Amino acid sequence: MLLLALDTATPAVTVALHDGSRVLAESCQVDARRHGELLLPAVDRVLSEAGTKLDAVTGLVVGVGPGPYTGLRVGLVTAATFGAALDVPVHGLCSLDGLAYAAGLDEPFVVATDARRKEVYWARYADARTRLTEPAVDRPADLADQVAGVPAVGAGALLYDAVFTGVRREGPEHQSAAALAALAAEKLAAGEEFLPDRPLYLRRPDAQVPANYKVVTPQ
Amino acid sequence: MADARGGPLVLGIETSCDETGVGIVRGHTLLADAVASSVDEHARFGGVVPEIASRAHLEAMVPTIRRALKDAGVTAGDLDGIAVTAGPGLAGALLVGVSAAKAYAYALGKPLYGVNHLASHICVDQLEHGALPEPTMALLVSGGHSSLLLAPDITADVRPLGATIDDAAGEAFDKVARVLNLGFPGGPVIDRYAREGDPDAIRFPRGLTGPRDPLYDFSFSGLKTAVARWIEAKRAAGEQVPVADVSASFQEAVVDVLTRKAVRACKDNGVDHLMIGGGVAANSRLRAMAARRCEDAGITLRVPRPKLCTDNGAMVAALGAEMVARNRAASDWDLSADSSLPVTEPHVPGEAAPHSHGHSHDHVHEISKDNLYS
Ligand SMILES: [Zn+2]
Repeated sequence: MLLLALDTATPAVTVALHDGSRVLAESCQVDARRHGELLLPAVDRVLSEAGTKLDAVTGLVVGVGPGPYTGLRVGLVTAATFGAALDVPVHGLCSLDGLAYAAGLDEPFVVATDARRKEVYWARYADARTRLTEPAVDRPADLADQVAGVPAVGAGALLYDAVFTGVRREGPEHQSAAALAALAAEKLAAGEEFLPDRPLYLRRPDAQVPANYKVVTPQ
Repeated sequence: MADARGGPLVLGIETSCDETGVGIVRGHTLLADAVASSVDEHARFGGVVPEIASRAHLEAMVPTIRRALKDAGVTAGDLDGIAVTAGPGLAGALLVGVSAAKAYAYALGKPLYGVNHLASHICVDQLEHGALPEPTMALLVSGGHSSLLLAPDITADVRPLGATIDDAAGEAFDKVARVLNLGFPGGPVIDRYAREGDPDAIRFPRGLTGPRDPLYDFSFSGLKTAVARWIEAKRAAGEQVPVADVSASFQEAVVDVLTRKAVRACKDNGVDHLMIGGGVAANSRLRAMAARRCEDAGITLRVPRPKLCTDNGAMVAALGAEMVARNRAASDWDLSADSSLPVTEPHVPGEAAPHSHGHSHDHVHEISKDNLYS
């Protein structure tokens, strides 16, 4: 097994190569505005660090979000195109699950990432491997009752620590494809299901229906 | 690389607006032109909604690549290169195509060519009428652009002579169609009504045609407003709006200015060929008037079939094939989508490549001025 994992759902552009038992190489760059430029060079770097080529990969793992749309799509279209070109499967995972797995907690906790527009993407977990709720997008203030004092990880929890009062400052703050790959390897070994490689936007597109045609003749 | 097979085999990807296009060409021969459009999803908004377009590109990308390969009857491994529209266009939409092209080229071990959307609109004519004359004069008219371009070398030297100073020609069609309650997009429906109408019924203004106006620039905003005023006056007077006559007279004003300036540019620059491309080139009146005026002026007119005039992947492949044929430098893996890529840059060569035509354009930060996370 040789899995190439990538995730661009958060400000982190992250890539990792996993052979089924361990991470062979990984890359993580945090730059919310350059997903498009950074991803392919990162893939190239990770493969060459591991001394292998893309055509040796037996499967793709991709974080399907939730995440801000433009960046999220970079990872998804890259994984889907690799999958098509190499004729290998593309396994989708909720991006929050990668952070949860990296947190390694065995008690209930929440994961929250920055959804911009003063909102967070978040979900509840029973432990590092078990998500209890569908990922959602909400204003932090609306979650205060539910998350106060609950252990929390992720940049969204750090950003709104007045609400996520149980935030764990030691992290993980950012998504790591290495965690995503390790989780995928476990799931594959256990024969578990993956998500389709389709984006979790959680918001409808912003599409202003233009107001009725504006009269140009002065009244 | 005019080899025995008939030129380089190139796959081109176009996602600058609302069409997901994947085309495959061998040199000047069109092998596949697969297009998935999200135009119907935008119709109720009266214009292209960027986020809806970007979402549709992601969904359509891999299926459209597969369809193009199947239509062309070639295998991906035989390709000589992958070309993609790097700009100009909608930032988020471009990024889907650029990311897919990079992944595809990388996975196949093929060179990547980030090319200019406008130069592609010109180069597509090689698939219809063979090698472009050098120089080529091109009039590009669509919902996004209205430009007069002189191209001594479509892979390396494209010079802007004039452009619209306000609305694109296609935008004016959309807006007038909106005032007439004819829906979106406006071009085809106005063309249809205009056939039943009198182009001389109403004398609408011809923008920027005065003696001291710029010779090759266009303006359609004043025309659009004049048409709206005329219609409102009719409505205010309780009269029926003669949709066919308004359509024909408006269309006549647009087409008159476009063809007049294009022919003038040819004469002034000693060019005996005119190429017309972009979505508005599908307009029947534009084709007819351009044909007559070019004939009168001794200019050979080249207009590709309508499907090649609108945005498509074949045009990107056509320019990519020319890049390969002329040994232009491939792009780097960190190629970015550049929503405002200047028309003077027909492609985006990699950093390591020797700069054959010394432009330095900062691509790294170009993208960040757009709201990527809208
Ligand atoms: Zn176009």
